[in-house]
Amino acid sequence: MSKPKFVYVTYIRTTPEKLWAALTDPQTIRTYWFGITAESDWKPGSPWTLTFADGRTADTGEILEAVPHKRLVIRWRNEFKPELKAEGWSRCTMEIEMADYYPDFGGKAVKLTISHELEGEGTKFIEAVSGGWPKIMSNLKSLLETGDVAFAE
Amino acid sequence: MVEVSKFKPKTVYVTYIAATPQQVWDALTQPEFTRQYFAGFAIDVEPRESGAFRMLYPDGRVHIAGRVIEWSPPRRFACTWVVEGMAEFRDLPECLVTYEIEPAGESVQLTMTEAHSWDVPDDLLSGGRAGWPAILSSLKSVLETGKPLRLKMEPPKEMMAAVERLKKG
Repeated sequence: MSKPKFVYVTYIRTTPEKLWAALTDPQTIRTYWFGITAESDWKPGSPWTLTFADGRTADTGEILEAVPHKRLVIRWRNEFKPELKAEGWSRCTMEIEMADYYPDFGGKAVKLTISHELEGEGTKFIEAVSGGWPKIMSNLKSLLETGDVAFAE
Repeated sequence: MVEVSKFKPKTVYVTYIAATPQQVWDALTQPEFTRQYFAGFAIDVEPRESGAFRMLYPDGRVHIAGRVIEWSPPRRFACTWVVEGMAEFRDLPECLVTYEIEPAGESVQLTMTEAHSWDVPDDLLSGGRAGWPAILSSLKSVLETGKPLRLKMEPPKEMMAAVERLKKG
């Protein structure tokens, strides 16, 4: 039996460098993540925290892998909803690849894959992130392509 | 008649688009849009329940053929789907593709559900799982920026291998 897991893929007209910056810059994150921001020095072993606009801690974790412009792995636990926190640690992998596009396209497209997997058993945490990631990733794509987000809560 | 209740969702993709429901509906149902984001295919659909639904190659040959199951502009469009244009896929059971368009604040939530009526192997689902994010990401770009992503798409190797196994079995 495989672990509870959510996978989301999006293609964005941008470069791996710009996408990496958008995934790791607290101010940019706040713009596409509904006021929530992530802070870390983005080095393996460093702490990582997700903070609401009012300062409360949403989630905490640790950077497991960080390969700039390519791959980020975060060990991640919810802190603000007891029923989600009870399900324990998860692992979120963000992978950036160049997309295969037609040469007449005249721009670059990048493939971003988010895989979010629970380390133990449970369904609520993965259910929660399954609703969240499409909104966050849709906003990130819009922000990079148009300068504005698609969806506000 | 197709028994919709027999079809179980196997692949779901959700995206949020800065557009109106009507704009998303038009992008899904008009050939001048689908040609831009759907690997060059032009939709050809009779706009009514039980109407014919096809996706055409640029030269007019049929790539995908099916029937309209639901036509409720600008909210729900569902159709059956057989890949006619590739000999390997022609004899597989049809699948059911449903698009749901929901207002979400000032934008739109688009949900695509690919459902199957049989115990379809995961390897065979890999085609849709690879294709839908590319198609719908490009649709979003067309509506928000006027420009598609022009991604190259081809059937994943594991999908082609799964079809071969089914033919032999």
